[in-house]
Amino acid sequence: MWFYVLKRIAAAILTLFVVITLTFFLMFLIPGGPFESEKSVSPSTLAALEARYGLDQPVAVQYRNYLAGLLRGDLGPSLKQRGRMVSEIIAQGFPASARIGGAAVSAAVCAGILLGTVSARFRDRWPDRLISAAAAAGISAPGFVLTTVLMVVFGVKLRLLPTMGLSSPAHYILPVLSLAVYPASYLCRLIRASLLETLEQEYLRTAAANGLSPARILFRHALRNALLPAIAYLGPLLAYTLTGSFVVEKILTIPGLGSELIRAISSRDYPLIMGTTIFLASLMVLMNLLSDLLSRLVDPRIRLK
Amino acid sequence: MAPVVPDYTEEDFRPILRDENSCPAHTSWDPSLSSSGTGQNGRKTGVARLFCNRGAMAGLILILLILGAAFLLPPFYPYTYDEQLRGSENLRPMEYSSRELERLAAGETIFPHLLGTDNLGRDLAARLMTGAQISLSVGISAGILVLVIGSVYGAVAGFLGGTADLVMMRVVDLLYSIPDILIVILLSVTLKHPLAYLAAHVPAFRWIESLGVGLVCVFLVFGLLYWVGTARIIRAQVLSLRERPYITAARALGASRRRIIFRHLLPNCAGTLAVTAALQIPAAIFTESYLSFMGLGVAAPLPSLGSMAAQALDGIYSYPSRLLAPSLLITVIILAFHLLADGLQDALDPRSNR
Repeated sequence: MWFYVLKRIAAAILTLFVVITLTFFLMFLIPGGPFESEKSVSPSTLAALEARYGLDQPVAVQYRNYLAGLLRGDLGPSLKQRGRMVSEIIAQGFPASARIGGAAVSAAVCAGILLGTVSARFRDRWPDRLISAAAAAGISAPGFVLTTVLMVVFGVKLRLLPTMGLSSPAHYILPVLSLAVYPASYLCRLIRASLLETLEQEYLRTAAANGLSPARILFRHALRNALLPAIAYLGPLLAYTLTGSFVVEKILTIPGLGSELIRAISSRDYPLIMGTTIFLASLMVLMNLLSDLLSRLVDPRIRLK
Repeated sequence: MAPVVPDYTEEDFRPILRDENSCPAHTSWDPSLSSSGTGQNGRKTGVARLFCNRGAMAGLILILLILGAAFLLPPFYPYTYDEQLRGSENLRPMEYSSRELERLAAGETIFPHLLGTDNLGRDLAARLMTGAQISLSVGISAGILVLVIGSVYGAVAGFLGGTADLVMMRVVDLLYSIPDILIVILLSVTLKHPLAYLAAHVPAFRWIESLGVGLVCVFLVFGLLYWVGTARIIRAQVLSLRERPYITAARALGASRRRIIFRHLLPNCAGTLAVTAALQIPAAIFTESYLSFMGLGVAAPLPSLGSMAAQALDGIYSYPSRLLAPSLLITVIILAFHLLADGLQDALDPRSNR
């Protein structure tokens, strides 16, 4: 087990290193420098600016300097938002994204498990048909479709919900709902399939023969085993929520990390692109690692393989 | 989904479950037996079961209908996606402009704007059809690209085994754990200009211009990153297939590795490949629409369903129908492929509960 954990951590670090390197060199392929749009800049000022941020050095040197800074936890200054550090911008944008994402993940997990269980319990009867149809639609609607349609219906036509920013609890309903539908539908299908498979196991027949109540069998014995694939899905679920939030933040004008990244790419703010990408990628890799280790921890059968 | 034909025994799965079958597919699938839709025992085969699956058939019919409407209708439709009708800007669905009303009163027949027009006077129904055309062609060709790369890579890794397999699968693991959307966004931003340069200066790359740089980016991204899932699935299947007696027989007869992989292993993965294709195509359509919505995919005059939805955001308060049409269409397309994939999975593996 410990060997496996170490191996997975090493693999996660390697992945992060590849992402960092890839991002760094891809970024240099974006033509046009960060100071190009500022028309009044004279050649000497430009040279001074570039020298100040180390942009005049060869790419390899810049890469080495960046990695060294990263090891000290220094993401460097933003080139466009003068006087602000990248870590500052991330610290400012992340809470909004994290609150929406966290709420969406919790909502998705609760709804997915509940609906999946109901669906499997009433297999091929109307609750199952209804939920399965809804879940099939839920995994088919892209995030931007859901967000915009919900916004038009509840924000514009019915005027029930606010559509911009995050200033009150009611503001959270639209973004959280739009982010949660896809993972909830996916989880629901996953739990339904896995529960149906679990319900056919011999040990549940034994439990029934021993006189356990159907509710106890379903919740205490079947569901606990059926949840295993859902744990492995938690990592990808988080990744989806993070990237899905770019679109949601763009449509509902929420000042989160996603909008910072998109802005940074279009203004070629190299350190900010690097910083946000590395931050988000580390989060995703970490979550994948955790959900992987967790599913091993709770399921001894995987450990034996 | 209710079981179509009840009471299967293990024996009945033989022609479908290649895992438990020691003959290559093309000998056990005798066309004279399966043409009537029944297998050796007079029971239904996987293909027949697929045709009995209501969800899968609904999906297939929807896909065919949308494909037909997107590719066959536009030549007969009186408007084109980029034609700007002066004086007919911002019409609501089925509305006529005042000039068109005058012409109608004079006895001319004018085809109605089924979905209205946009702020430049372009007919939205025509744009929707072209958008669907682009989304579908991008989705299907990117899906096939992913499938080809992934299945060949997976089959080679699985067949060779040993160190080659180990190294090839490490690469897959690495690519698999890279957060894809982040890299997709970065790649589509960075590749745009080098590609535009190539298209403008190198004659051999002229074709990039006609396709659009954004589209080429989408393809590159898919070819680079998205094939890993397929590779994993096919490798797992090949690992179990390569120990089969017919592979040993092929080797004993002196068949080359290439022949074994392409003539024996991959055709026997056909069922898995079909399911993977039905899942990869909507995934590609999904990603393309995401990128186009964020303004990173298909470039301006050409519409894609994603970019149409993005453009509709500007006038969302006055013209919500502009948003609804492309949004609904893209959802229906993806839903249809998912239904087909579910049905395929059920038909090929009746034991699965999906």
